[in-house]
Amino acid sequence: MKTKNIMIVGVGGQGSLLASKLLGRLLLTRGYDIKVSEVHGMSQRGGSVVTYVRFGDKVYSPVIDKGEADYIVSFELLEAARWTEYLKKGGTIVTNTQQINPMPVITGAAQYPAELVEKMQSAQLKVEAIDALKLANEAGSAKAVNIVLMGHLSRHFDFELTEWMDAIEKSVPAKFLDLNKKAFLLGREA
Amino acid sequence: MKTLMLGNEAVARGLYEAGCDFVSSYPGTPSTEITEAIAKYKEVYAEWAPNEKVAMEAAFGACLAGRRSFCGMKHVGLNVAADPLFTIAYTGVNAGMVIGVADDAGMHSSQNEQDSRHYARAAKIPMLEPADSAEALHFAKLAYELSETFDTPVLLKMCTRVSHSQSVVELGERIEARKTYEKNPQKYIMMPGNAKKRHPFVEERTKKLTEWAENCEINRLEEGRDHAVGIITSSTAYQYVKEVLGDTYPVLKLGMIFPMPEKKIRDFAASVEKLIVVEELDSFIEAHCKNMGLTVSGKDIFPCIDEFSQNLVADKLQIEKDAAGIPLDEAIPARPPVMCAGCPHRGLFYTLAKNKITALGDIGCYTLGAVPPLGALDTTICMGASVSGLHGFTKALKGAADGKAVAVIGDSTFMHSGITGLVNVAYNESNATVIIVDNSITGMTGHQQNPTTGFNLKGDPATKIDLETLCRAVGIRRVRVVDPYDLKQTEDAIKEELAANEPSVIISRRPCALLKYVKHNKPVSIDAAKCVGCKMCMKIGCPAISMEGGKAMIDTTLCTGCNVCTQLCKIGAMKKGEEA
Repeated sequence: MKTKNIMIVGVGGQGSLLASKLLGRLLLTRGYDIKVSEVHGMSQRGGSVVTYVRFGDKVYSPVIDKGEADYIVSFELLEAARWTEYLKKGGTIVTNTQQINPMPVITGAAQYPAELVEKMQSAQLKVEAIDALKLANEAGSAKAVNIVLMGHLSRHFDFELTEWMDAIEKSVPAKFLDLNKKAFLLGREA
Repeated sequence: MKTLMLGNEAVARGLYEAGCDFVSSYPGTPSTEITEAIAKYKEVYAEWAPNEKVAMEAAFGACLAGRRSFCGMKHVGLNVAADPLFTIAYTGVNAGMVIGVADDAGMHSSQNEQDSRHYARAAKIPMLEPADSAEALHFAKLAYELSETFDTPVLLKMCTRVSHSQSVVELGERIEARKTYEKNPQKYIMMPGNAKKRHPFVEERTKKLTEWAENCEINRLEEGRDHAVGIITSSTAYQYVKEVLGDTYPVLKLGMIFPMPEKKIRDFAASVEKLIVVEELDSFIEAHCKNMGLTVSGKDIFPCIDEFSQNLVADKLQIEKDAAGIPLDEAIPARPPVMCAGCPHRGLFYTLAKNKITALGDIGCYTLGAVPPLGALDTTICMGASVSGLHGFTKALKGAADGKAVAVIGDSTFMHSGITGLVNVAYNESNATVIIVDNSITGMTGHQQNPTTGFNLKGDPATKIDLETLCRAVGIRRVRVVDPYDLKQTEDAIKEELAANEPSVIISRRPCALLKYVKHNKPVSIDAAKCVGCKMCMKIGCPAISMEGGKAMIDTTLCTGCNVCTQLCKIGAMKKGEEA
């Protein structure tokens, strides 16, 4: 199998590590070779963060380069727009419509671009945009944005729902299990 | 059993399986998780030391006692530990000793991009360089065998992309490998008479290790279809090369980066038409090839700056690859890291910037005080440099800087190497004001305990070093504590201490807002009818405050109710966040 590439992008603190952990658990049960590259340290402090998930028969590089991503899952709208160059021809962007202002926008040094979903679509990019924050709140916590988006991503893979649920069980603490399962299903149906 | 592990977790697993009994480290991205992971194995004693030199010396003591030991650090940490490193190279070991060092090509979270491989050559210590988690686990175990067989500490060199990438590993069982200590002055007392006898041993050891490198399985040849080019590589550069080339050209993959084999490389060079070395950062393998008189390409094609990627390797080797995707024709604002909402450092930095005080900074979350709109820092060099730097700054200006400059250093960094600078301030009497930003944790690396927090690496209660007492003990008479959430108290203290005609320490104390035990207030609220849009509250660079339609707005999911902003609102449009 040719290596598949998933980029998870967002703002430091939005829970990309948990999302990549979930994917890793799932893919491991299928016997794939896997590499997941994470960001730790300074960039985690509210900066732009990117996690690479790659799987296939044999995976060498731990990172995804420009033009290689089959999927970009973005926890925040501006971050989806930042990484479009990394999308492969025919690839899909799954993005949250939530906007989080970066410091240059907060201080007034820059503008948060308007109508990014439409602009990405008119650039011939395949974009699936959902209000993951609303769905996460519906599930019981704004922090579940990551799992809502994983739920939506799951529509693109032929893994059984039970396999995803199993991976969620192995990745989140027991007391948040129901919340996360609900968030996942809301994202999958959105 | 097969499982996914971070490179750092895989090193920890390797240490565990090899029967390592003692670990002492200082946290530093990207090395931190090795020690955090090993602490979870109850069979292994693990600790955070105050700094890397102490950690390495402790690990040496443990290996002397007959227990396999480890110390871990980031690349710049190895500079701190370089003193014991060069002499432990002479004494060798009793039980095995492994030193983990993690480089940060691309400077994801570092102040420089130094290449630690030079230390292996300089200190004459073998260095292994894994390229993924499976190798990290394997090499950690192998490192102990080499350490004991060749009587040497062994360097295990990681880098960000190996440390922080998860890949599949196979787990094994733990073995026991203990020895007893026997007094041996000729081996362990490195006074000139003995050291003179040990130096030839070191040179002979490197020769023996070079022979080992000729035949070991970790320096492996991977055949290719086309011998027009042959590539020598290691670490992540190997992964990028294989990603791009597959089995097109033969590849000599080096797992031991010092000492390197000679015959193996010569034979490889003779089997190909053109020899290319692909390595991140400096010329190291390439320099070795050139020393052997081989014609080789390397840094004439590849940069010595930043990390590599598959596209870079393809481009430099002129290999066709998928085109880049579509960039959006839109100005995308940058998203730099910022101080968190509720960060106790914010109030302090606002006060320093407001009073236009020169602030020599240090290493930690508070380096973010340099970022606009605060822009409150003047320097960042290395651990502890704020205090010693301020001493030089004030002394050199013979009083002209008095009252205008401070040092800003975190609690963990102060314990690491700020205290020696403060001793100098007291002893040589500079009129320096040192601000210790005590957030009760080592923040930037992800909340590690340190000697001032009252807890140890395993989370158990531990002796808590009292910063006030410590500062007084070295001779600072003016020591006071402020709450950085209280802007007036903070400003008054800074002004008074700067005005005083003797050295002083201000401890700006408030635990990190991200600590689990820290209770947040309800969020600040804004009376839109009163807000005139003066943007005073925007001066502190809080990610929870923004302007919407000319009025300040609070992101209630981020706001912790620290109420620093409410103290800036002169017209009373901001309502304090009360206790939740």
